[in-house]
Amino acid sequence: MTGSRVAAIVLRQLYLMRGSPQRVLPIFAWVAVDILLWGFITRYLNTVGHSGFNFVPALLGAVLLWDFLTRVMQGVTMAFFEDVWSRNFLNFFATPLRISEYLAGLVTTGVGTSLVALVVMLVLAWAAFGLSFAGLGPALAPFLMVLFLTGIALGITGASIVLRLGPAAEWLIWPIPTLVSPFVGVFYPVTILPGWMQTISRILPPTYVFEGLRAMVAGTPAPWDRLAIGLALAVVFVVLACAVFAAVYRYAIRTGLIARYSAETVS
Amino acid sequence: MVMAPPHAILSVEGVCKSYGALRAVDGVTFHVAPGEIVGLLGPNGAGKTTTINMILGVLAPTAGRIEIEGIDLAVQRSRALSKTNFAAVYAPLPGNLTVEQNLRVFGMLYGVPRLTERIDELLAAYDLGRFRKAKAGVLSSGEQTRLSLAKAMLNRPRLLLLDEPTASIDPSSARDIRAGIAGFVEAGHCGVLWTSHNMYEVEAVCDRVLFLSRGKILLEGDPKTLPREHGAASLDDLFIQVAHEAVHEAAAMRTEPVAR
Repeated sequence: MTGSRVAAIVLRQLYLMRGSPQRVLPIFAWVAVDILLWGFITRYLNTVGHSGFNFVPALLGAVLLWDFLTRVMQGVTMAFFEDVWSRNFLNFFATPLRISEYLAGLVTTGVGTSLVALVVMLVLAWAAFGLSFAGLGPALAPFLMVLFLTGIALGITGASIVLRLGPAAEWLIWPIPTLVSPFVGVFYPVTILPGWMQTISRILPPTYVFEGLRAMVAGTPAPWDRLAIGLALAVVFVVLACAVFAAVYRYAIRTGLIARYSAETVS
Repeated sequence: MVMAPPHAILSVEGVCKSYGALRAVDGVTFHVAPGEIVGLLGPNGAGKTTTINMILGVLAPTAGRIEIEGIDLAVQRSRALSKTNFAAVYAPLPGNLTVEQNLRVFGMLYGVPRLTERIDELLAAYDLGRFRKAKAGVLSSGEQTRLSLAKAMLNRPRLLLLDEPTASIDPSSARDIRAGIAGFVEAGHCGVLWTSHNMYEVEAVCDRVLFLSRGKILLEGDPKTLPREHGAASLDDLFIQVAHEAVHEAAAMRTEPVAR
């Protein structure tokens, strides 16, 4: 892998964002709105609830972590879509650029944008609603790592779908986090799900994060063994997503899809 | 099979590309030597762009072998492509980047040393200096073509693929560009594969031409003598003759009774 080629992919994204508020604003604007909305909901629930249960860390904390995963995924797919929209595949893939370098560039861009979003969310949630993850201690690192890797895997999978089916398949990508969220128990324990849904939950890495978060909010120690499972699954997801993208890319090279990529020509 | 010359920059051996029953390119073999400009000619749908896409590594051949400076494209794709570059009318550079940003991004992809210096040289050579900060998408088609050519020269390629490189350029600029490319080929001993429908240009620039029709090479030779050898008054006439023959052949094949 050559650093300058990865840097070229990242630089392209930086050039696009520089002086383009319509690209920069969505990085943190929607997550900020989400934090405000859920912050007020949790504050309201705290006033009407009589159980003494603090909804802020359980609910707002979960929303923040879920938004982080979504932001990572969108960071990767948006970087890919810039090449779809500008029909740049022929120019890029006729250079010495390797698929691993291209994906590394997309992921680096996703990391950058999602970290900006994370900082905005953490500051806003702390300043406005007193949410602090300090109580999670060192467990916060694996929490974020699992969500970060899962976001990358979903982003690369989304890019594979669009590369294979064409730009018109873009609308299939945006609802992916919404489709996943009922299974991973963002807002509720997975034990309330029907059996078949729980089976799916167990293979989805974010499940271990949200179950762990709830357990820690309830006062139990960090479930390191469960987090290790989540982390291992997330690594498997990333490897599988990269393998799927590579297979779709090979298909695109075999059929000429890369050379004639546009909404009109891809069936 | 024609043997590749020992130091061929491009070696295309028995390359085929099929889409189901359709053979877009059918056993094409040719070579480009250092310091040589080879014209790839043929009517629309002859297989020129398919051949170029296979040499660019964005389309896998069904059969055959492509080598760039002796490097097998199928085996060492990245290394082989680092020695090439291309400009094509159908592949404009991203319109949402400026001229300078485009050259910088592609310069980094090709690993160009002293990139800033190289960009300045190319902006001057292709008269793009005043568009340095302009978005590529707002340039006229001729200016975009000049930008594509500047991009194609970034890494001083050993093999340059040009698909109708002067299609939207005024005659004066086109002449300058032809002279510039010819000078680059002579000085750097690179090879060029050049497609064009402008036979005047082909005759002026190319050392050798290949006539492609229905995926096969029909004729090959010096563009200055080839028309006479085949009873045509000019390269233009020869082109029309080849294109008509291809059309008639295709029509005859469609009307032939199916053998049982």
